[in-house]
Amino acid sequence: MTAPRPLSLHVPEPGCRPGDTPDFSDFEIPRAGAVRRPAIDEAPEDMRDMAFSVVRVLNKAGEAVGPWAGLLDAEALRTGLRHMLTLRQFDERMLKAQRQGKTSFYMQHLGEEAVSCAFHMALQDGDMHFPTYRQAGLLIASGYPMTDMMNQIYSNAADPLKGRQLPVMYSARDHGFFTISGNLGTQFIQAVGWAMASAISNDTKIAAGWIGDGSTSESDFHAAMVFASSYKAPVILNIVNNQWAISTFQGVARGGAVTFAARGHGFGIPSIRVDGNDYLAVHAVASWAAERARSGLGPTLIEHVTYRAGGHSTSDDPSAYRSKEEFSAWPLGEPIDRLKRHLITIGEWSEERHTQALAEITDEVRACQKKAEANGTLISGPKPSPRSMFDDVYAEMPPHLQRQRQEAGF
Amino acid sequence: MARMTMIEAIRSAHDLAMERDERVVVFGEDVGYFGGVFRCTAGLQKKYGSSRCFDAPINESGIVGAGIGMAAYGLKPVVEIQFADYMYPAYDQIVSEAARMRHRSAGQFTCQMVIRMPTGGGIFGGQTHSQSPEALFTHVSGLKVVVPSNPQDAKGLLLAAIEDPDPVIFLEPKRLYNGPFDGHHDRPVVPWKAHPLGEVEDGPYTVPLGKAAIRRPGSALTVLAYGTMVHVAEAAAEDAGVDAEVIDLRTLIPYDLETITASVKKTGRCVVVHEATRTSGFGAELSALVQETCFYHLEAPVVRVTGWDTPYPHAQEWAYFPGPDRIRRAFKAVLEG
Repeated sequence: MTAPRPLSLHVPEPGCRPGDTPDFSDFEIPRAGAVRRPAIDEAPEDMRDMAFSVVRVLNKAGEAVGPWAGLLDAEALRTGLRHMLTLRQFDERMLKAQRQGKTSFYMQHLGEEAVSCAFHMALQDGDMHFPTYRQAGLLIASGYPMTDMMNQIYSNAADPLKGRQLPVMYSARDHGFFTISGNLGTQFIQAVGWAMASAISNDTKIAAGWIGDGSTSESDFHAAMVFASSYKAPVILNIVNNQWAISTFQGVARGGAVTFAARGHGFGIPSIRVDGNDYLAVHAVASWAAERARSGLGPTLIEHVTYRAGGHSTSDDPSAYRSKEEFSAWPLGEPIDRLKRHLITIGEWSEERHTQALAEITDEVRACQKKAEANGTLISGPKPSPRSMFDDVYAEMPPHLQRQRQEAGF
Repeated sequence: MARMTMIEAIRSAHDLAMERDERVVVFGEDVGYFGGVFRCTAGLQKKYGSSRCFDAPINESGIVGAGIGMAAYGLKPVVEIQFADYMYPAYDQIVSEAARMRHRSAGQFTCQMVIRMPTGGGIFGGQTHSQSPEALFTHVSGLKVVVPSNPQDAKGLLLAAIEDPDPVIFLEPKRLYNGPFDGHHDRPVVPWKAHPLGEVEDGPYTVPLGKAAIRRPGSALTVLAYGTMVHVAEAAAEDAGVDAEVIDLRTLIPYDLETITASVKKTGRCVVVHEATRTSGFGAELSALVQETCFYHLEAPVVRVTGWDTPYPHAQEWAYFPGPDRIRRAFKAVLEG
């Protein structure tokens, strides 16, 4: 008998830390157009390959190729480009507003604009998204007023949420955007419940749940998967894999060796991995999953492979834990450039039109900001009434809260 | 009118609510085909179909989280956690989501939902079938917390809870499911059919949330109790021959301060009784409220009779459970104090 050797704990580490040279050579990316497009009623066990590849439409030359291409006309693509440019411009201005001290906090979408903007275009009015804090593209693409988003960020007198919520925790029922919670993963199972309710009511609406790579570790991720699968809920379960959960690389959530999409297999949920920086691919896969859900065929799990190019939030400095060069080395590129290039390639866009559009968008966002700031910011100007703090805890204010409001002097 | 156990009364409330409103949906572990481990949902799946009453995976967070999503859609889910001791995996969904939804969305999304859970001890349930976690809910703004003590109230309170626009935690003392229990564990079990509160209307009616009931009028002291302890306190008063006024709170949040203060100002003495552990239990809130509102009327310090600050034991059940003897001693203390 040999003496037992002492065990040691394995702790995953990213391949690249500050000062290192990023290396994505292990990241296998198929050519655009190479991945097949299954029928929406294909059995989950027959399409397991979809969770280990990456659906891509736009190739290096900027052409849309393969079985997932051809769903959107040039007008729709120009609209999509506009949504992404608007989101990026919105991010830039709000980031700056936070640095100027006009609000306490902000979270940007840099590099992930295609995910929420393109996905939104595949759903219909009346469907409900259960987003995280990094899908504001759903609001922008739905036409929700940017001034109201800013009012929320500034917690000013016109804030639709009356100053109760941390910036970016929007809520917009009429735009199919469920109230954002700070507690991670909770909304994933709620999306499944909403979809079950639609099915119970013999409705035709579907739900979309959203979660990040890090939060797939939360228990509610697993709750959502088992409920969605057991009840064949008409829901699309989206994992946005941007490689990072604050400072923690996706390997700690057990990404890397096995894809996040592959987690659907254990639950019998069809799962697809998509190039999250490819507007056309995200839209095509979302449309496929939406059609599946609407046809009563049940849930789909989608892993959007992308990269969080910015800091986690305005309270975060990513240079403390990852290489500054990582985003430029990221093999799936940058979503706005890729769609712009495609539109130019097919003769539906030009550098001049792009410059012109960008100028218009900048003006529009600036005008919205001016309007919002007239309603106040966190540090100056009109504010929500402190009296309103006691409202909406319950439908009707119970006596103990009435007494506390009185005690507070409001 | 009919004679019902608390189980039958709860089942009847489900039945009537489902019958008159197709938005009422019932689910939880074993509640569908089987009708629940305590029979509270028996026959509902057969009558209303499996899309209205169904079995859930064993995942409390999933049960409550899915219910919240359904409520956001516009249904009225009534979900069951098999034992209150097993609500902890759902606590994030209850506290961070159900309770906060209306406030954080400024009323855009609401959570009309009832979360039922069997609670309390006195049944040799040991650590994980006996707990009384009500204080973990009363501390959460946005939740309503209800604890019935008899079949009549259980039905009326449950129907009120289902129609209430806010999330309601509905704690059912499982020791009272089949009959009242006064803490005299050495005596034969009494069925509800021998108790006046086992007389229940067949049709729908509501008992308003936020209103206490005086179970035993008296002038010597006030007992604040709920659930099983209402019956134990009544027995203690009879045993001791003390003219105690026993108040059954019925709803813990929002509490009925008016009834509480009117009684304590009349009697000048107050005993708070609950099965839950003492420290930071709901009794602390009641005691503080009485002290704040009745200070100049109090003839003695408020005394709490509660479970000990230990996990709920198995073999030591009756040394743990706050029975009539301990309550009698508390009566003596406040009357002499």
